[in-house]
Amino acid sequence: MAEIRKSEGFIDWLDQRLAVKAFMRVMMTEYWIPKNINFLWAMGVVLVILFGVLLVTGLLLLMYYKPDINLAFDSVNYTIMQEVEYGWLWRHMHGVAASATFLIIYIHLFTGIYYGSYKKGREMIWITGMVLFIAFSAEAFSGYMLPWGQMSYWAAQVITNLFSGIPVIGDDVVIWIRGDYVVADATLTRFFMLHVVLLPLVIIVVIAVHFYSLRFPHVNNQDSVEFDFDAESKKFLDGDKKESKVVPFWPVFLSKDFFVVGFFMTIFFALVCYHFDFAMDPINFEPANSMKTPAHIYPEWYFLWNYEVLRGFFFDIGGMAAMDIGLIAFVIANIVFMILPFLDRNPMNTAPAHKRPIFKYWFWLLVCDMIVLTVYGKLPPTGMNAWVGFVAAVIFLGLFIALPFITKHEAKGDEQ
Amino acid sequence: MKEIKILAIVLFFTAVTYWGVEPYAHSQMHPHVAPADFSFKDMEPLHVNGNVENGKALVEANCIACHSIKSLGQEAPMSFEDAANAYGVVPPDLSHAGVIYDKNYLAGFLKDPVGATKLLHKFGDTKPYAMPSYTFLSEQEIADIVAYLGNIVSTKASNKVVFEEACGRCHSIKYDGFKAQTPTASLKGYLGAEAPDVSMMIRSKKAEYLNTFINEPLKMVEGIAMPRVGLTEASQEQVVAYMENVGDRKKAERESLGLKLIGFMAIFTLIAYLWKVKIWKEVE
Repeated sequence: MAEIRKSEGFIDWLDQRLAVKAFMRVMMTEYWIPKNINFLWAMGVVLVILFGVLLVTGLLLLMYYKPDINLAFDSVNYTIMQEVEYGWLWRHMHGVAASATFLIIYIHLFTGIYYGSYKKGREMIWITGMVLFIAFSAEAFSGYMLPWGQMSYWAAQVITNLFSGIPVIGDDVVIWIRGDYVVADATLTRFFMLHVVLLPLVIIVVIAVHFYSLRFPHVNNQDSVEFDFDAESKKFLDGDKKESKVVPFWPVFLSKDFFVVGFFMTIFFALVCYHFDFAMDPINFEPANSMKTPAHIYPEWYFLWNYEVLRGFFFDIGGMAAMDIGLIAFVIANIVFMILPFLDRNPMNTAPAHKRPIFKYWFWLLVCDMIVLTVYGKLPPTGMNAWVGFVAAVIFLGLFIALPFITKHEAKGDEQ
Repeated sequence: MKEIKILAIVLFFTAVTYWGVEPYAHSQMHPHVAPADFSFKDMEPLHVNGNVENGKALVEANCIACHSIKSLGQEAPMSFEDAANAYGVVPPDLSHAGVIYDKNYLAGFLKDPVGATKLLHKFGDTKPYAMPSYTFLSEQEIADIVAYLGNIVSTKASNKVVFEEACGRCHSIKYDGFKAQTPTASLKGYLGAEAPDVSMMIRSKKAEYLNTFINEPLKMVEGIAMPRVGLTEASQEQVVAYMENVGDRKKAERESLGLKLIGFMAIFTLIAYLWKVKIWKEVE
């Protein structure tokens, strides 16, 4: 045990026992961030704040929510929304934050792709980020079901049914997931557990790993240039603050983040109080009814691109059932971003997209294609809509198939 | 400047996605229908002025065998349960009927109840509608009844009363502790469908939809069992207002707190910005 002397104050008392000063240095005041970054790099901190909002409001909602199919709808729409003081505020904050989280995740993800932040030593940041995306998706889906509204119920019915596409054991897997032959009380209770315990724990752990994975390769920057963090941080500590290319996380980097978070939260509360319904499907204010199918079943907006890839393949091809092709495409769409660092075969070019001759077209095509998929994922899949969905789904898969070839080609251009 | 450009790009793609997922998808899935028509053009207008006294005699002779007029202390001859067993549905109280329903609609309804309510697909010779047709009355007599019904009460009905008289025979609104007068089982036999609890309808359907729907349900949902109610524009507004009051009770609190929350965050943002400028001045 270290030698404990009489403390000079509370911080010193803590420092002798927990080394808080060293901890603050490593985590905050001497954790170095490149100077040439823009507000897109604040999205990570925005996500942390949003996750905090979800956690706190979720705990408050948990005090009154009843995970029982006979009570769930009213416990949300009456008890929480009308009887509990400010229950509406917690519920709207929770609902809007869930939607906003995905918007920010997508911006965060496209920022990473645009600036090549997944490449050259940063693969683990990227992969842990994608694991987080999947964990958040599962969290959102399990939470969406809890109010036991009409769309929650039917979305759960459709999504759980997807697992029947697994060869041989598919039908049994569906029953295992649901805990019943149809989505019922057993399903609601287990989704409740997943949403409030298991998945949040997984998310917290993966967030910690995601942060940890940033420590060695460091945060990327706007020009995607590599520099010597040790030399630059030494400059900063020696007082050459203007010369140094890095700044400490606290207070310099966070001062900018506070501003971005403040700006974002102003809009957030405007949505919560005046436009909460942008994030809530009106059909979900009808109680779940297993005897009445809604005219259109679609997931929340952030899953629409994925959903459209699934149903884009609406006709059998070469003896393969449309459903099976769709499922395979759906599975690919869910994991393809994860392997992005290995699909990009240009080892030298770590420049942002606008400085890469072919990649820039690839990037913007991907963004546009995913927006098309998102929009058509909600529209009824009939007539022209079905064909637009099909073409967009093919382009989506095609983009990822083409990526290794075009980046390889780009690498050749760089050598010359 | 560069950051403003980036922000503009981010906002642009966010806006396009939002537009596609919300207003555009909505326009595709819910094709536009003509707005609510309160002129009831399909109803032949009354050409004669009614006589209140004569109307009173006619109502006493023809209506109160089934209907109550509680404002005059006249109770219904049967309990809700018995009435539901006898007719399938509880007949409405007539206290405000002459005021909340459009006059031409009311006249048309007396002559041809099934046609006026647009329930021809549900009722006919094999399945008779509970309310008989009064075509045997003269135009003058119909006008007399309408005039009398419009003369029963002088005070304006509250939003809740309009809801109870116009909708409460079939629909519950449990978040306000109101239970439909007709028992669910009778109603299912009568209409072929359960009438949903409408506590949350203001959120699941929105005011704009409800406005057209109450005015003409068949226009919105094919083959629906819900009758055209025939409310005047003012009464229908009262029904929607009542539903909003029940389904969105915290609206006033939400809107006043919203200003404070936004104001707080705006001030926070401003202070954060000034702090950021100060801090970054040392490093840039």
